[in-house]
Amino acid sequence: MTNVSMTVNGKAVSREVPDETLLSEFLREHLRLTGTHVGCDTSQCGACVVHVNGKAVKSCSTLAASLDGSQVTTIEGLANGGLHPMQQAFTENHGLQCGFCTPGMIMTSVDMVNRYKADGKELTAQAIRGELAGNICRCTGYHNIVKAVEDAAAKM
Amino acid sequence: MSTGIGARVQRKEDKRYITGKGKYTDDVRNESQAYAAFVRSPHAHANVNGIDTSAAMAMDGVIDVLNGQQLTGDGIGNIICGWAITSKDGSPMNMGAWSALATSKVRYVGDAVAVVIAETQALARIAAEAVEVDYEVLPAVAASDKALAGGAALIHDNAPGNLIYDWEIGDGAATDAALAGAAHVTELAVTNNRLSPNAMEPRAAVATFDECDDHYTLYTTSQNPHVARLVLSAFYQVAPENKLRVIAPDVGGGFGSKIFIYPEEITCLWASMKTNRSVKWTSDRSEAFITDAHGRDHITTAKMGFDAAGKIVGFKVDTIANFGAYMSLFSSSVPTYLYATLLSGQYNIENIHCNVRAAYTNTVPVDAYRGAGRPEACFLVERMMETAAREMGKDPTDLRRANFVQEFPHQTPVIMAYDAGDFGANLDQAMAAADVAGFAARKAESAGRGKLRGLGYSSYIEACGIAPSAAVGSLGAGVGLWESAEVRVNPVGTIEVLTGSHSHGQGHETTFAQIVAERFDLPLENVSIVHGDTDKVQFGMGTYGSRSGAVGMSAIVKAMDKVEAKVRKIAAHVLEASEDDIVIEGGQVKVAGTDKAMGWHEVGLSAYTAHNLPPDMEPGLKEGAFYDPANFTFPAGTYICEVEVDPETGVTDIVQFTASDDFGTIINPNIVEGQVHGGIAQGIGQAMLEQVVYDDDAQLVTGSYMDYAMPRASDVPSFSVHHASTTCPNNPLGMKGCGEAGAIGSPPAVINAITDAIGSNDLAMPATPQAVWNAIQAAK
Ligand code: FES
Ligand code: FES
Repeated sequence: MTNVSMTVNGKAVSREVPDETLLSEFLREHLRLTGTHVGCDTSQCGACVVHVNGKAVKSCSTLAASLDGSQVTTIEGLANGGLHPMQQAFTENHGLQCGFCTPGMIMTSVDMVNRYKADGKELTAQAIRGELAGNICRCTGYHNIVKAVEDAAAKM
Repeated sequence: MSTGIGARVQRKEDKRYITGKGKYTDDVRNESQAYAAFVRSPHAHANVNGIDTSAAMAMDGVIDVLNGQQLTGDGIGNIICGWAITSKDGSPMNMGAWSALATSKVRYVGDAVAVVIAETQALARIAAEAVEVDYEVLPAVAASDKALAGGAALIHDNAPGNLIYDWEIGDGAATDAALAGAAHVTELAVTNNRLSPNAMEPRAAVATFDECDDHYTLYTTSQNPHVARLVLSAFYQVAPENKLRVIAPDVGGGFGSKIFIYPEEITCLWASMKTNRSVKWTSDRSEAFITDAHGRDHITTAKMGFDAAGKIVGFKVDTIANFGAYMSLFSSSVPTYLYATLLSGQYNIENIHCNVRAAYTNTVPVDAYRGAGRPEACFLVERMMETAAREMGKDPTDLRRANFVQEFPHQTPVIMAYDAGDFGANLDQAMAAADVAGFAARKAESAGRGKLRGLGYSSYIEACGIAPSAAVGSLGAGVGLWESAEVRVNPVGTIEVLTGSHSHGQGHETTFAQIVAERFDLPLENVSIVHGDTDKVQFGMGTYGSRSGAVGMSAIVKAMDKVEAKVRKIAAHVLEASEDDIVIEGGQVKVAGTDKAMGWHEVGLSAYTAHNLPPDMEPGLKEGAFYDPANFTFPAGTYICEVEVDPETGVTDIVQFTASDDFGTIINPNIVEGQVHGGIAQGIGQAMLEQVVYDDDAQLVTGSYMDYAMPRASDVPSFSVHHASTTCPNNPLGMKGCGEAGAIGSPPAVINAITDAIGSNDLAMPATPQAVWNAIQAAK
């Protein structure tokens, strides 16, 4: 067992967990933050993406113990009250259907827009598609997800 | 802004999904939750000579290890297929026994032989590894044609030659005669590749037994919780229906794979009683690949004959369908009544004959996957049309037009009676949107860059609005396929609609509310949709076969008719007017041409206070309806795919994908377009990427996302989606259904485009770069 302490969605948390606990399990099972989803076991689908110290990370492939002292943001903590522009854009552009991939899509997309803005690069539709390589959606055919990300990028 | 029929309303359900507050089955965790892990066969075919659970049982935190002998000993029944198909010689289909936990023999890699119940999921999985099973490995077969060929391993004793049925439809002799007299006959062999549905939410179940009430509660990833309860109760004898509550909460996609009742749900329910603990199982993706029913997997040869003018005179089809190791719930209907009945396509064909042989193999069971039979029919017909046009030197759109059904209703020789459509209008609209006229110039431009450009068409038709109960009953279905609704007007005038349909991404909480808000001219937020819980909602049949609009919403309309009739009576009584003069608008119930009115909420209140109701009227304002459709509905359209192929590498780019669909009435265009986008992406996946592969020993090769190519954002283009609609005459809203069209219509458009580009017709799905490159080399 290991003691893991981190800040999750602005709150300090600390739990004794088995050494092999993944961040996704830590969030879902130990903190009961079930907005972070697990859609695969090979680090391919991106349903589990959260932000660690401001960067998108696949929580299914990260040991909780390795993140002691980190700042973690999940879909539940993305907006401080209200909705983040990315969340808003996903609903306005019908960028979700079953909603299972959606938390990971939104967290990946926020990080994507932040990176492009920081680098002063243009985020084209083609670039968005390339950047979503690690996120699978079975419902939407990506058409409206791409639109949502373009829309949010203009507003972020 | 209007929120009624045709309005692009933002979805009511979105907020919980975009904020991480959705509640899916795996998000449910009960007090002192126990966890299940299954012991699964690593062999495709083997006798089970013994199971040693002692090491697992000795582990700390293991609650119990249960096996198939115990399960059947407790009277849990076998898993059944609910649609009886009769072979052409009159014999019934050969259904082999399927126990939720195998007793003496395993028949595919993944077949469960035991289950471990433990305090944590991790522990359950470790303990499952410690269960020792004594297997006596048998020869195995994965391909359906090999399974039917003499000498293959026998999978079920009661299915000699691994044949489940040998079925036919249509007039074979007349079709042969028509082909013999044809001016031109096109022959085609096609394989419809085996797919894994891959809803992003893995299946899960949380079963809880309450020993005080002898009652079970099951949270599960289901598209049809009432059907699940019925089957669990009536066939598997888990518990009587009144002692079993099934809840399908938020469900993360289904595509057919969550229609069926699987061994895991049955086992969790039974194990919760055995251990007196709440038992939870969540599939991981690897387990999903070896337990979720696969789709498609047809091998077909066909001949289509034409007269000198290019009119189709006959169509002869021979298909082998792979059923996997056991017959899943609706497996038998997929390659028969959902496939062969659509072989007339959009065309006027007098003579059709189709023979289907269904085969057991040592693979995961195969059942309905988005489209279910109709994609297989569409792929064959539309590949055939394109191939025939090329052989006869005709323009593929001219050949289609010359054969389109023009008059409705149209009776095909394979059961279906098309009720409405305008196939030419969809073809015209798609051609204009795709700028077919400019294709030659684009092709020349591509050629200038050393690239091959191609254009492919698919004019699909499908049958949904599933289905008229008596008709499907006469064809062998074990259930009726009506839908139910209850419309409850509360004393304050707000409305709850209880529907037997189930939403797992389709947005029913929005679209269903739209039709109610429009009908009673109320704000959308005053209408709530309740679904997915057998304790809350009356019996319903659930969501699949694009039925929730045409059947589910029709039931709501029927219930609203009754509500409206009562509202009129109450208002006429209170306002002292004639019922015929009552109008409902703007939140009021008025007497036309007067200033007499009462608020909608006042009618509700009157119904519940019952102080001043017409004589003999019962208090309350809630009405239910069961709607049984009069016919199938027939969505149709034309898809046009334009590709650019790099001949050096075989890499294919879809540069444009255009859809023109006829879905009848559209409630919410955002949602309909979303369904088309997702369906086309799945169709492109089938055409270019996806393939379940088994090796010769029936070991699954594509067991994860490392090996099974799911369409990613960069694999698909943006889609150009259009509608040219005719109204369906057979249901009150005029709806046809839109959930499967994209997956049905798109694969042949893609393959027709690629084969057009490379100038060779010999290309199987999935058309990977390697396959395309090989086809180019072979044609040289
Ligand atoms: S669950 Fe993390 S990538 Fe699939
Ligand atoms: S919305 Fe269902 S997987 Fe993306």
